[in-house]
Amino acid sequence: MSLATTSPTLTQPTATGLGRPARKPRPIAEFLSTYVFSKDHKVIGLQFLFSTLVWFLIGGLLALAVRWQIAWPWSDVPVLGKLFAQQGGQMAPEFYTMLFTMHATVMIFLVIIPILAGAFGNFLIPLMIGADDMAFPTLNMLSYWFMWPAFFAFGASFFVEGGAASSGWTSYPTLSTNVASSPGAGWGQTLWLIGLTMVGVSSMLGSVNYMTTIILMRAPGMTMFRLPMTIWAMFITAILQAFALPVLTAAGFMQLADRTLGTGFFSPEGNIVNNAMQATGGGQPLLWQHLFWFYSHPAVYIMILPAMGMVSDIMTTFARKPLFGYRPMVYSIAGIAGLGFIVWGHHMFISGMNPALGITFMVSTMMIALPSAVKTFNWLGTVWGGKIQFTTAMLFALSFVSMFIIGGLSGIFMAATPVDIFIHDTYFIVAHFHYVLFAGTAMGVWAGIYYWFPKMFGRTMNEFWGKAHFFLTFVFMNGTFFTMHILGAVGFPRRLADAYHYETFHHLQPLNAFMTWCAIGMVASQIIFAVNFFWSMFFGPVAGRNPWNANTLEWTAPSPPGHGNFDFQPVVYRGPYEYSVPGMEKDHLMQTDPPNAAALAAAGAAH
Amino acid sequence: MGSRLSGIFWSLLFLAVPVLGVATFAIAPAIDVWLPKDVSEHGQAIDSLFYFILALTGVVFIATEVALFWFLWKYDAAKNSRPATYIHGSHTLEVVWTIVPAATLLFLAIYQMNTWADVKMRRPVMAPTVEVVARQFEWRLRYPGRDGTLGTGDDLFLVNDLHVPVDEDVLVQLKSMDVLHSFFLPNLRIKQDAVPGMKIPVWFKATETGQFDIVCAELCGWGHYKMKGRITIESREDFDRWLETMYARQEATQPEPEPAEAVAQN
Ligand code: HEM
Ligand SMILES: [Cu+2]
Ligand SMILES: [Cu+2]
Repeated sequence: MSLATTSPTLTQPTATGLGRPARKPRPIAEFLSTYVFSKDHKVIGLQFLFSTLVWFLIGGLLALAVRWQIAWPWSDVPVLGKLFAQQGGQMAPEFYTMLFTMHATVMIFLVIIPILAGAFGNFLIPLMIGADDMAFPTLNMLSYWFMWPAFFAFGASFFVEGGAASSGWTSYPTLSTNVASSPGAGWGQTLWLIGLTMVGVSSMLGSVNYMTTIILMRAPGMTMFRLPMTIWAMFITAILQAFALPVLTAAGFMQLADRTLGTGFFSPEGNIVNNAMQATGGGQPLLWQHLFWFYSHPAVYIMILPAMGMVSDIMTTFARKPLFGYRPMVYSIAGIAGLGFIVWGHHMFISGMNPALGITFMVSTMMIALPSAVKTFNWLGTVWGGKIQFTTAMLFALSFVSMFIIGGLSGIFMAATPVDIFIHDTYFIVAHFHYVLFAGTAMGVWAGIYYWFPKMFGRTMNEFWGKAHFFLTFVFMNGTFFTMHILGAVGFPRRLADAYHYETFHHLQPLNAFMTWCAIGMVASQIIFAVNFFWSMFFGPVAGRNPWNANTLEWTAPSPPGHGNFDFQPVVYRGPYEYSVPGMEKDHLMQTDPPNAAALAAAGAAH
Repeated sequence: MGSRLSGIFWSLLFLAVPVLGVATFAIAPAIDVWLPKDVSEHGQAIDSLFYFILALTGVVFIATEVALFWFLWKYDAAKNSRPATYIHGSHTLEVVWTIVPAATLLFLAIYQMNTWADVKMRRPVMAPTVEVVARQFEWRLRYPGRDGTLGTGDDLFLVNDLHVPVDEDVLVQLKSMDVLHSFFLPNLRIKQDAVPGMKIPVWFKATETGQFDIVCAELCGWGHYKMKGRITIESREDFDRWLETMYARQEATQPEPEPAEAVAQN
């Protein structure tokens, strides 16, 4: 591992913001303004990181409870069973319904979206573009603090009468709008909608900030086409958020109105639920699905594009090679984002939507697989001919590529409308989105954590235990999720508390038990990660500015950077991927390395 | 950084992905974790499309995953003494790997349209065989009475026990009373959501007799898992005989079939 070799040669340190005007020490106020109500993008990023990791744990435990019921229906649940004391420790079906609803809700809205945009977006954007902070630090602070009402709303909903929401993370009416239709459709659902709105406000504040910052605050010389892929991905994600979110927010308010004010946006005339005629009507259940997926399909890209960007940067660093096809990589992200707005109907092929419309959505969905394919080929091109270093971060990044291939290819089955008739709402879909979201994005997130940990905390994580964590997670994850494809081929439906009483599915219990064991192993492996993470924070080997010999701007700042980030004014001379430039002594040329030095070195070698 | 041994280990781990992936799909049919028996006319087309996509994606899967393995194996820094190739991309390659998948995907899109149209758009011209009204958590069925028309006083009402004749077009009129449900017949490759406020036609032609599952495939509340029905496919004679028995039974139990199910009429 190299030392901090970066020499901020050009300008002398300016110590921006490092010193504060002397004042009387007020420890509590000091603590609050530094760590709690901080406007420093790095602190906010870490606040997002810690909060989302806690929710990641909660979401994981919810998943285990779901898996328990699928593997051994109606058997006593260990630990949780006693906690909720239901029917002598066994799970009630409405409880099961609530569990998978909240598992998905937590994972999507409280983990993946905020960990990518909130944690990594916040921490990395100013550092990687050479800015001293975000454009709107107060807005930035608020974007984190709006997560807390959401945390409370979702958290509290477990304890209200009827329990938390239980109409799936998609919250389809009329199950979600009619209070009589299920136990969780009472307060649980209302709190769910409030929580969702708060997450939306938080995301919106973040995305406005990211767009402005990336457009206006780049360091001198940092043209758009010198931005690292992480920043491109964050930028386009922010645009997606800004355009898609208002629709979800509006739809959420409509559903809230249906539930509390007696409007009927989503309920048809003459609906009878639980033997009671509904008072209002005249609406359309499918309207919600259109509005919801108009947001939530772009949202699935919000949930992966930043990871794609991070993985691209990490792979170039550890392949010691320029990114293969930088521009195609940027254009394909833009392509995904653009097409992402016209494919939402692929979630509704058999919803009752006009089948002719299904054909147009089928064609656009087929086409969106194209930019994904282009990205995959370019990642392969990036490792080809490199000098690959198998660090933990690299292993997680490589597994992102390997797993994204699976998730992308399974998408083609579902995009094929006739096949989707059979596999829609089966475990095939569950396999698909866990391959893109867990095996893809979550692996990308781990890659990012191992890679940027030195910048966040000034120390490196333990590589041996990092690799052990990677190996176990990778193996158990595939054991859990790959098998879901073949379950889906049988037609095994998702969201059923017990499917074995069907003749078609009665023989699938042993396979499901296997998957549950793998899931338990997968969650247990995270103990290694948690210990490594906290241990390394305090006792890991101290890292220099640039422990990986990478090129991008954040590696020129101290680890961790102080308030204001850079102790000199970074000036950018080139793109982020100048690795292994022929004729140079070093195998990397940082974005800030002055060109005369580079030219001299190259010229020297040429003679 | 790292020994050759670790490079070998990690590349082989990535090779395990295509190897075990293919193995899983190879073993699945043998252990009966595979497409259930198809007894419908259109199911053939759906299944062969599934196999076609499986073959196509299978080739891409193996090719890309093996390439990834091979690059990791070959370009491991511990083994590869040459400097990394300084290359920023290749215009030719980009064009090739954009055009080839684009053409393939477009072909796939066009190729399947006809099957979709058959299953979901070309409705047979006939009166509905049966009306299926989904509600929490059962399938309510309504057959035309002896007069052969649906919606008259002598309609036959049943729950969860669907009978249809074999080798004939069957037209189901699908409705829901309360929340979303989905009418899923795994063995007939049929799935269609039932939506409150909508009347959705579903059609198929069964090719074999037998008894199969009706599954609810759209979350509809706490009892979703138990919303189970059975479909009996039988010869025209058996079907008629069964209908006759049911008419007789209904007339015996409720002389005036004044429906408690009045809602099913609107
Ligand atoms: C290669 C590109 C992709 C294609 C062609 C594709 C296609 C589809 C289709 C057709 C469905 C609906 C299936 C059904 O419900 O019957 C679906 C579901 C889904 N996809 Fe993808 N997908 C792709 C990539 C992604 C990515 C990158 C993500 C996320 C990062 C993603 C996340 C999801 C999720 C979460 C669902 C399920 C939502 C639900 O029903 O709960 N997909 N995909
Ligand atoms: Cu989608
Ligand atoms: Cu149902």
